[in-house]
Amino acid sequence: MSNILSLTTFLPLLGVLLLFFIPKENKAVLRGLTLAVTLVTFIVSLLILTGFKTNAEFQFVENVPWIAAGPFVMRYNIGVDGISLWLVILTTFIMPISVLSTWKAVEEKVKEYMICLLILETSLIGAFISIDMFLFYIYWELMLIPMYFMIGIWGGKNRLYATVKFFIYTMVGSLLMLVAFIYLYMLGTQAGVTDFSVLHFYNLKIDPAIQVWMFLAFALAFAIKVPMFPLHTWLPDAHTEAPTAGSVILAAIMLKMGTYGYVRFAMPLFPEAAHRFAPLLATLAVIGIIYAALVAMVQEDVKKLVAYSSVAHLGFVMLGLFAFNVNGMTGSMLQMLNHGISTGALFLIVGFIYERRHTRLITDFGGLAKQMPIFATMFLIVTLSSIGVPGTNGFAGEFLVLLGGYESELRWWTVVATSGVIFAAVYMLWMFQRVMFGELTNPKNQSLLDLDAREIAIMIPLIVLIFVMGVYPNPFIEKMDPAIKKLVAQIRPASMDVKKIDTTSPAAHGAIQSQSGLQAPAGYQGMSGMPGAEQPAGHSGTNGQMPAGHPGMSQDGQTSEPAINPHESK
Amino acid sequence: MFDNVWLIPILPLIGFLINGLLGKKIKNETVIGGIAAGAVLGSFVVSCMTILKLLSLPSTERVAEVKIFSWITSGTFNADVAFLIDPLSCIMIMIVSGVGFLIHLYSIGYMHGEEGFYRYFAYLNLFTFSMFLLVLGNNLLLMFVGWEGVGLCSYLLIGYYFHKKSAGDAGKKAFVMNRVGDFGFLLGLFTLFWYMGSTHNIWTIRFTEMAASSHLLPTGGIVTVITLCFFLGATGKSAQIPLYTWLPDAMEGPTPVSALIHAATMVTAGVYMIARMNYLFIRSPETLTVIAVIGACTALFAATIGTAQNDIKRVLAYSTVSQLGYMFLAMGVGAFGAGIFHLMTHAFFKACLFLGSGAVIHSMHGALHHAHSHDDAQDMRNMGGLKSKMPLTFATFLLATIAIAGIPGFSGFFSKDEILWQAFSNPHHGNLNLLLWGMGAVAAGLTAFYMFRLVFMTFFGECRITPKAKDHLHESPMVIVFPLIVLAGLSVVGGYIGIPKVIGEVVGGIPNYFEHYLSPVFKYSEEYMAEHASAHAGVHNVALEWGLMGTSVLIALIGITIAYTLYVANTGIPARFTAAFPALHRAVYNKWYIDELYDFIIVNPCKAFGQFLWKGFDVVIVDGAVNGVANTVMAFSGLFRLMQTGLLSNYAWSMAFGVVVMLSYFILK
Repeated sequence: MSNILSLTTFLPLLGVLLLFFIPKENKAVLRGLTLAVTLVTFIVSLLILTGFKTNAEFQFVENVPWIAAGPFVMRYNIGVDGISLWLVILTTFIMPISVLSTWKAVEEKVKEYMICLLILETSLIGAFISIDMFLFYIYWELMLIPMYFMIGIWGGKNRLYATVKFFIYTMVGSLLMLVAFIYLYMLGTQAGVTDFSVLHFYNLKIDPAIQVWMFLAFALAFAIKVPMFPLHTWLPDAHTEAPTAGSVILAAIMLKMGTYGYVRFAMPLFPEAAHRFAPLLATLAVIGIIYAALVAMVQEDVKKLVAYSSVAHLGFVMLGLFAFNVNGMTGSMLQMLNHGISTGALFLIVGFIYERRHTRLITDFGGLAKQMPIFATMFLIVTLSSIGVPGTNGFAGEFLVLLGGYESELRWWTVVATSGVIFAAVYMLWMFQRVMFGELTNPKNQSLLDLDAREIAIMIPLIVLIFVMGVYPNPFIEKMDPAIKKLVAQIRPASMDVKKIDTTSPAAHGAIQSQSGLQAPAGYQGMSGMPGAEQPAGHSGTNGQMPAGHPGMSQDGQTSEPAINPHESK
Repeated sequence: MFDNVWLIPILPLIGFLINGLLGKKIKNETVIGGIAAGAVLGSFVVSCMTILKLLSLPSTERVAEVKIFSWITSGTFNADVAFLIDPLSCIMIMIVSGVGFLIHLYSIGYMHGEEGFYRYFAYLNLFTFSMFLLVLGNNLLLMFVGWEGVGLCSYLLIGYYFHKKSAGDAGKKAFVMNRVGDFGFLLGLFTLFWYMGSTHNIWTIRFTEMAASSHLLPTGGIVTVITLCFFLGATGKSAQIPLYTWLPDAMEGPTPVSALIHAATMVTAGVYMIARMNYLFIRSPETLTVIAVIGACTALFAATIGTAQNDIKRVLAYSTVSQLGYMFLAMGVGAFGAGIFHLMTHAFFKACLFLGSGAVIHSMHGALHHAHSHDDAQDMRNMGGLKSKMPLTFATFLLATIAIAGIPGFSGFFSKDEILWQAFSNPHHGNLNLLLWGMGAVAAGLTAFYMFRLVFMTFFGECRITPKAKDHLHESPMVIVFPLIVLAGLSVVGGYIGIPKVIGEVVGGIPNYFEHYLSPVFKYSEEYMAEHASAHAGVHNVALEWGLMGTSVLIALIGITIAYTLYVANTGIPARFTAAFPALHRAVYNKWYIDELYDFIIVNPCKAFGQFLWKGFDVVIVDGAVNGVANTVMAFSGLFRLMQTGLLSNYAWSMAFGVVVMLSYFILK
């Protein structure tokens, strides 16, 4: 079982080899085999989940030398921690669904299509589990190629423009990242590091002035992938042109590569710079939330509307990350998964009606609820989860993001972002109403068939997860919690640990503890007001162990503002 | 102690799952309705057991929490799925399950033969479940789940007849306006959590912990911010100015839905929330003033609109907005108990009124259908003289109307009078008190007027529908009439558990049971007021209280008299009045054009701005820049391409040119 991560990564490639032996006319076999491979991959990946121990370390690590380059060795160094674990599972979970979703939609070049899907899966999983940064970069670039072909070959009318735009946008960012990456390598050699393990680079203590440039290069690459405003315009084009499976994978997993890049690389490698640019990135994130919502509101094409809603959702993720505290980060991680499920499901939904009517214009529909009741119910559930109605998955993540943001220096950003909950309801419900409600007037819609068994089978797992993660998110949070706590401690810049401010403690605390019959709030991990005041080790104990009264706060509730704080919100 | 309290929300949830998943297959209306109503009846029984158990405890120990499971735990934050049992939540579950059951029962008759019968009952059960979460949740987040859940069910049920565009629009409007309020709720939650955590290291959203540590909060300042945010949430849910416009539109839903959600339970959630966190609100005089003024203004403003509507349900809708205004007035003057008391009596008489109007509409609809008439079954101008056709409906409706009008002896009188007296005598608002009382009293007069106008137009005089249809008018079946009778009975006697002190003393020292029962919930507020008593002094004058009581009753009687004069004795006057003041009538009839105003200043600019961002910014500026870069590169490469002519002589010439340039450089250097 020690190679289980490699097994999960390369099972899809193995599937590609098998596909080579199957004649291209044998579409049913091609499809069935691909589905089987992705299903097996998913089942194998569940072993990672069950074997995962809830701690902050990388697990299932495989670390062997790979390419030797002088004193420096590129290693095949992989592993999962609480942050990548769920993203790997999300990937293996979404893949069989994607395969099944294009069962009928793709009739041309089925073999090539399936090969693209499988290569994509390998590269996605590989990128999430790479500890070696060189390996990560290879996977990061590799995943562009199958997606480029998927949009370019099986896409819609305007597919060439969209796929070239997608490719070049991403490449520009990647190249800047590569430059920063090479510089990082040079810094590493100076410091005596002998391989590309990101864990070694974490300890480099890079000069903050240099960090700025390297952070910007990484941040730009990842911001394009997320995508953050104003680098988002490739996304609506790519989504509208991509086949359903392409859209699902793009939205559910590939966009997470950007946010994951921030969590794994940009923020912990360059913490000072990350703090310095937090106001800028948070501003872009919040603009993204509002901007994308307003633009989504006036879209005429359902798929484009969903694409813009993605931009808004990812804005929440980014905001949570730059809150730099446990609540915000946990919310962001949850929101990445939630977005994968909800938006993936939305693209599937759009795919269903597109396959039936070959149009996605909102005005072509109306009153479908009467004709397609199962479809209507599922669409409604997914819509509500996208809006973040409590009880569905969208809620817990969004709530924690906003709570974390509010606790951090990004309070005013968060206030603006919170208004996003209104806009989300506006554009989603308005779209839903125009598509599903009203009289069934268009004669072409009057013969529409409700979902068939295959389509229902695709949707059921997603719907189940929507409710499970909404009602009981704690198991998901528990697995990622130690890793997030470690990360939060890690990205607190060294320069901020210098000062500790003593305050007298209000006596209130003990009284409350005795009052509460229920579980006391878990350890204080946030960094409200000012991060510098916390102990460098991070406290993960219970309330009793920590200084009562938050350092840096005087009793009347005024935040004292130490000069070391790089981006005070006031 | 309260181990089985989880049954209260879970039963309707089970009902929802059964009907939602299998209802289409079950088909049998009796089974579907029976499951749904039975589930709520079960909740009612458990609620009764719970409140009896609570009453058996000494009043200081009447609070308990029952944890079901740990829900979200992250960093500083922890929220459980756990229920809070105290006098306030118990009174709410009694109202929700009791009135809820009656309305479920009524719906079996009312919705008979509807296409989405199972869907309707599934939603109704889901609503009841959410409402239980809202009132039983032991922390702000669980309350918020219920809060959003009831909003969602409201959306689904308003849009029940989804093929009608107006129904879809109304549902969406309700949801979005509620979301505006939710925005406030969330901000309030965040600010409170952050403030208590960062200044006192109390990271909690649990009501009991918040209450116990409320003495650490300052007066005003941050508390004003927090409470105003929460109040914004309340205005959305409870349809107060400025977010009230969704409620009248919500009448697109089936009438029992209006009775349950948009009169008796959901819309009172804002009132409940303020009462639940009374210890916060009492600490902000500014917020209290805002609440009192908004409440009084809403009470008066909505009452004016109610006087000119012709749709029977719309009159009741504006009446609900107006009565909710009273409840907020009570909250704003610190009379939390009185507000909850009015919440309860209002649930009785308004549910009765809505269900009664439903019976009328049902009968009208059937009659008009038989006569192949396309007249509006909800328009009171088509009604009249129904009291002989529907005597039971009429009797119950009349009792509820007397109750809402505030006639002494009926439930509405006790609760409304308590609020008006507290508005006058409270220690919070100084000179504003007289104005608050005055607005409340005038609104009471208007209430009496429009309610009796409704009764007179509907049940008295000549029947105005076609004679052919008239013969088909009939009393409703027992399943519809029985809830009416129960609710009418409660409308009459429901007030006697909360007899105001002045009256109680006269009739032999009957205490105000209701106030006494709720007092543990408001303990922290009372402690706060006791500490700050020197700064504030209320009015305590028995003679004055009697005087004001008499005045408000007199005003109500005048309202009734005017309604009688205009709509029974001298029916020509209203027409002459509208002819004399056409502009005023138009404005009132069109709800003072508030919807149009909102469209003009918010909705349309938002859409236009979205269009601009998309077509202007996204396409022109961002993509323009991107494509511009690409085109520039293309243009340059096109230029460079010109040099690659492929002619050897050209290359030779340019090489020679280069050699000359280089040589010149070296020689001249």
